[in-house]
Amino acid sequence: MSGSAPRARVAIVGAGPAGAFAASHLLTGTGGPEVDLFERLPTPWGLLRGGVAPDHHEIKRLDRTFDRDVLRRARCRFFGNVEVGTDISHSDLIRHYTAVVYAIGAQTDKSLGIPGEDLPGSLPATDFVGWYNGHPDRRELAPDLSGERAVVIGNGNVAADVARMLTLDSGELERTDVADHALEALRQSSIAEVVVLGRRGPAQAAFTSAELRELGHLDGVDLRIDPADVELDPVSEEWLASEGTFTARKNLELLREFAARAPRPDATRRIELRFLRSPVEILGSGRVEGVRVGPNRIERDDNGSLRARPLDQDPETIECGLVLRSVGYQAVPLPDVPFDERRYVLPNQLGRVFDPSSGETVPGVYAVGWIKRGPTGILGTNKRDAEETVACLEKDLEAGVLPPPANPDRGQIDGLLAEVAPHMVTVEGWRSIDELERRRGFSQERPRVKLASREELLNAAEG
Amino acid sequence: MTYVIAGSCIKDDVCIEVCPVDCIHPKPGDPDFETAEQLYIDPEICIDCDACVEVCPVDAIFADHEAPSKYDYALELNAQFFAERAPAP
Repeated sequence: MSGSAPRARVAIVGAGPAGAFAASHLLTGTGGPEVDLFERLPTPWGLLRGGVAPDHHEIKRLDRTFDRDVLRRARCRFFGNVEVGTDISHSDLIRHYTAVVYAIGAQTDKSLGIPGEDLPGSLPATDFVGWYNGHPDRRELAPDLSGERAVVIGNGNVAADVARMLTLDSGELERTDVADHALEALRQSSIAEVVVLGRRGPAQAAFTSAELRELGHLDGVDLRIDPADVELDPVSEEWLASEGTFTARKNLELLREFAARAPRPDATRRIELRFLRSPVEILGSGRVEGVRVGPNRIERDDNGSLRARPLDQDPETIECGLVLRSVGYQAVPLPDVPFDERRYVLPNQLGRVFDPSSGETVPGVYAVGWIKRGPTGILGTNKRDAEETVACLEKDLEAGVLPPPANPDRGQIDGLLAEVAPHMVTVEGWRSIDELERRRGFSQERPRVKLASREELLNAAEG
Repeated sequence: MTYVIAGSCIKDDVCIEVCPVDCIHPKPGDPDFETAEQLYIDPEICIDCDACVEVCPVDAIFADHEAPSKYDYALELNAQFFAERAPAP
């Protein structure tokens, strides 16, 4: 490299799908920057490992592509078990890297804002998802599965996933990479009925039709929908005809097909989908005993968007022992990095982060994925999103507008990490974890058996 | 015969890039791309070349007669997407 400028060095914070796609774009070709991928967990791939449901193992195969296009590239390093904002600060990164790309996702859940929400037995669905997927921070969640009924609040794919996981035949579950502690608890589960509540109507359900179709074809599970619930009100009828997507039309078709089916006498568990129902209170003395649910109707608001408005009718009570709240993810601000408190994203233009008070771009700071656009889209959405951010970053590198970092040498960041993150997991550490998990899975005909505590993961990494 | 895309599609777009006859839609930039939950293969145009199958990172594409039975719906679904799609302006 004599005579040419040293390679730029980029830190990507978060090794989930958005961070992985961004790394993959930056690592394509030969002239690009060096990439260090920071991750707060000892394992990479974020929600691909910890979010995608265990029975959707085809989707989890995307890890092969990420491995090939990211970790196997010579210019890439993995720094797992290092938390930016705790172990190392934003300004540390700025001092050591030409650019920092935040891919930290949306790490918490939206709240419902109703009484009783925090009673024991009422959980964010995202915690439950982390629990069954072996997220080390959710191992001790111990959801109470001793009641006969659970209520899932929300109508998106996470709601469908948790309803499915609560009712899936244990024989099927045993062939997945579900965490062992969850497999054991789900085998012992007494839950025979899962009621899924949608605030809006059947035409506005946010499930993909693929997820909805699955709910209707689970072994030993009867999917119940009241035929009256899938009759459309005139506002929805008109909306579906003028603005409805292919998925929305398909969903309604599926819901009507399922509503018309006879009950399955062989079913041991049931899922009931109910629409135009909002929880108004979670009931219980000391722990969840039920949910008060009020009916809604669909209206157009002044902007022409559809809204669910409560009807002036008495709420009903659905008795249950578990409530899973699944009304969306929400991002958490990071110390010293600008944050849009209204949209819950890093304020950015095409991925370039700016300071909202001055409107000025923060040089060398970028965002990608949910922390850039909000928690929307599916896995592949992050690929185009990452393309956009990386195009800006590459343009800025080429234009020479990024100031060189104070400590540009690899050795300097390595020295700092050795000090602040002695239990850092490198690519080699992750390979040891991965191999051990796969080997444990092989004998049980499962894709892998996950190590589901930080201690086990770190032991395997140091193996 | 044709190939079909099933429900595990994640809208990675490598299949679109390799398709020699441009039969996979919607494409990034199309008005219905963002709202589409998956990509679809137009059975009228597909030439069964297998290029998309080889690049799909999540094994979501099958020759229609080889799709697992849980994806029996996929052939009709892929065809229906194109039947209902508004013609390009």
